[in-house]
Amino acid sequence: MIEVEGLTKRYGAKLAVDRLTFRVRPGIVTGFLGPNGAGKSTTMRMMLGLDRPTAGDVRIDGRRYENLQDPLKYIGALLDAKGVHGGRSAFHHLLCLAQSNGIPKSRVHEVLHAVGLTAVARRKAKGFSLGMGQRLGIAGALLGDPRILMFDEPVNGLDPEGIHWIRNLMKSLAAQGRTVFVSSHLMSEMALTADHLVVIGQGRLLADTSMADFIQHNSHSYVRIRTPQPERLLDVLDEAGIKAFRAGGGTLEVDGGKAERIGELAAEHRIVLHELSPQQASLEEAFMRLTAGSVEYHAQGGTPPTGWKKG
Amino acid sequence: MATTQVVRSEWTKIRSVASTVWTLSLAAVVTVALGMLISLLSRNEWDSMSTRDQLFFDPTYTSFAGMSLGQLAMIVFGVLVVSNEYSTGMIRTSLAAVPQRGTFLFGKIAVATGLAFAVGLATSFLAFFVGQTTLGEHSASIGDEGVLRAVIGGGLYMTLIAVFSMAVATMLRGPMLSLGILMPFFFLISGILAAVSATEKIGRFLPDQAGNKIMQVVPPVDDDTPYGPWGGLGIMVLWVVAALLGAYAVIKKRDA
Amino acid sequence: MIEAVGLTKRYGAKTAVYNLSFQVRPGAVTGFLGPNGSGKSTTMRMILGLDNPTAGQVTIGGHPYRRLPNAPRQVGALLDAKAVHGGRHARNHLLSLAQLSGIPARRVDEVLGVVGLQEVAKKRSKGFSLGMGQRLGIAAALLGDPQVLLFDEPINGLDPEGILWVRNLMKALAAEGRTVFVSSHLMSEMAVTADHLIVIGRGQLLADMNIRDFISANSADFARVRTPDSEPQQREKLTSALTEAGGQVLPEQDGALRVMGLPLPRISDLAHDADVRLWELSPHQASLEEAYMRMTQGAVDYRSTSDQRAGLQQELPPGAMPPVQVPVPGQGQPGWYAPPPPQQGGQPFAMPQGQPAGPYGAPAAPGGPGEPNPYAQAAPAPHAAPDMTKPEDAR
Repeated sequence: MIEVEGLTKRYGAKLAVDRLTFRVRPGIVTGFLGPNGAGKSTTMRMMLGLDRPTAGDVRIDGRRYENLQDPLKYIGALLDAKGVHGGRSAFHHLLCLAQSNGIPKSRVHEVLHAVGLTAVARRKAKGFSLGMGQRLGIAGALLGDPRILMFDEPVNGLDPEGIHWIRNLMKSLAAQGRTVFVSSHLMSEMALTADHLVVIGQGRLLADTSMADFIQHNSHSYVRIRTPQPERLLDVLDEAGIKAFRAGGGTLEVDGGKAERIGELAAEHRIVLHELSPQQASLEEAFMRLTAGSVEYHAQGGTPPTGWKKG
Repeated sequence: MATTQVVRSEWTKIRSVASTVWTLSLAAVVTVALGMLISLLSRNEWDSMSTRDQLFFDPTYTSFAGMSLGQLAMIVFGVLVVSNEYSTGMIRTSLAAVPQRGTFLFGKIAVATGLAFAVGLATSFLAFFVGQTTLGEHSASIGDEGVLRAVIGGGLYMTLIAVFSMAVATMLRGPMLSLGILMPFFFLISGILAAVSATEKIGRFLPDQAGNKIMQVVPPVDDDTPYGPWGGLGIMVLWVVAALLGAYAVIKKRDA
Repeated sequence: MIEAVGLTKRYGAKTAVYNLSFQVRPGAVTGFLGPNGSGKSTTMRMILGLDNPTAGQVTIGGHPYRRLPNAPRQVGALLDAKAVHGGRHARNHLLSLAQLSGIPARRVDEVLGVVGLQEVAKKRSKGFSLGMGQRLGIAAALLGDPQVLLFDEPINGLDPEGILWVRNLMKALAAEGRTVFVSSHLMSEMAVTADHLIVIGRGQLLADMNIRDFISANSADFARVRTPDSEPQQREKLTSALTEAGGQVLPEQDGALRVMGLPLPRISDLAHDADVRLWELSPHQASLEEAYMRMTQGAVDYRSTSDQRAGLQQELPPGAMPPVQVPVPGQGQPGWYAPPPPQQGGQPFAMPQGQPAGPYGAPAAPGGPGEPNPYAQAAPAPHAAPDMTKPEDAR
């Protein structure tokens, strides 16, 4: 469990993090979202005791980070793939971390194996690709078999197999009852991984809800229906006070998440349904709607202006 | 408990990067080789030296002549031990693993200091014996008065230079900035101050000049230095302690 | 139009790319997929004339890149976000590129606006975040208003707004009739961006086809069916009715059923006959990721395994629960994608009609046809070909 209480960080005149209060609970994957410059990295650094909060504090299992004895056994973090001395081998990098927290050497071999780096364990880290560096960072996070794990942009540089692996890893860590806190810019990835979301914008908390609630509250959802008896169904729905629209291709659409109700009505009136699918907007759409006001670098429209042409 | 863990960890760190090996071996090789060269020159030039120079000739100090260059490699060693953490981003990983920043800093410096002392002392003894063998009939013996003190002092001097560099690098973080300040400080400013009579007296209190005193067995002509060999080393230690306090204050407060 | 014919690249004894032939057509976004080390970057570099092919050739609009008249006005590329002199201002960087190919300075300000960097145009790019560097790289690619665009991992480091923007930009460029060739590791992103796919593995062509066809050919469609939550007996009744009718039914985590091998109307009829009410009946296509993983099996360089934690067994932090031994889903374990292996026997993705046997005629990767479900193997496959590490990895 991570508890963040009134966390504030000021750099000169700029307020990077503004009175954040939230909890990250065990047993689920909690996603941490926000546009660039929203204060995600600063918040994560303060959680690890790397940056000092201007006000407020963070508790890891009830304790402040600097009061943890052997912190790697409580919380493992992947901050960025570059937190490694390039001249050191993957093995020695992990070994020095392990020793600093009294973790046995055998565990180093284990995590190297777990992330698939055993074959290159003796190679210097500077020869690693972005994806391999990421795996090394994840190995470091797993080293102390901690109850809390934190990942900042974990899929950066991984290939599809790696992305798949890290996603399942995070889910299974949460299923074991651990606390998993992960930041990412990839909404499509997040939608597949996280159960709960903490969203910040310009340093302030924008949302702290379950994934399903977040999407429901911040986007448009509807039910798509296909039936050989559209006229009858329309009548039945109309009677029940449910508004349905004819959409293209012989389908009907009903606003909101009323699939169960429609299913019951159809069964009651013996209407055959060939499709009854709740459609939800994507997490991306919901996120865009929520954070529309707090983005730092806006690009102009999609097409390049053609003010300049050859000839 | 935690301290021994940090020390073990820092030992792994220091022995697993190539820069440790090449900076320390460069320090040893340069010091010994240059000392030998100067000793050889002194022996060949002996007959053309004035009687006064012959009288005040310090064979021990002569064999340490290579330290003026060798200490630069020690500075590089000290700077890289610390600033590599910053330039690679490793510092965040390290401080997340050891949030007690005082323990982290002093554990790191303790390990690097121990290693620097071992190499420094070995270098000092080697430079002495190689130098004396080269000097032949004009050599000093390790049993002579003050000689053993000077040889051990040579090792201490190199160690303190490295520690001072570590402390400065902790305050400045980047390797380029740290070397850019330390190199001219020891190589130019100290020399310039010593060369100009008006500033000569100030120059004596700089860490390198004060620390140098420990390696002298025969005091130079007209020596009016207000401190003895151990007094000089004491001044150097004060510099080092001040730098360490600064480093501690900075790392305690700063965002990683 | 980009056209590769028999493209081959060897580095010493290593063959990075072998006999690759494909066409990238204008008017569509073509995705370029493959595991790490499969030769994607090498291919991109050869397209741009940075590396010389050992054999074969690749042309853009009929000419090899190096013989293209005024290449920067015809081809724009984003290869590596860091290929910028860090001490130079963003605007000066673009200006120097523009001057090299006779593009007016006005166009520099235009593209800076397009990528949203006009406010930081006078900043040194050293202080740029990965995302800003990426935007600068895209600006450089657009500079000459080229007909052919290449993007290598364009959304690396971008935030959600940036990702959406790049996606729309690529689609818009294609809609204008340009040729857009983009590599990415993010299948979920590719699925919503690309129209056509070129997949390579170990330097050889695995697929060159429309994205819809690719997914259908490499995975099974299924239906998600939900019955009233309050009446589990309805669910069981439906399960047996569907199984009897020849369907395959797997339970999903949230209590719904995943049904394969039966069309939706048939499921509806069966439910009707069994007097089961439906709360959901929705068609699903497997994701691009699933299809891709199936296809590239065996062409992967770094494999992960489960975390044994043996070294830590004795050292649990105070108050911690003993770790539950849930295996980390990894290569070669059942349940890699799908719900826990059901009664059917550990083949979550077994295909009712049998394995579509290598429709591409390409030399199939090990673990392809013949092994119906590579993910259901009990033992992890041996560490795959470490010698296929691409040279880029070792830099």
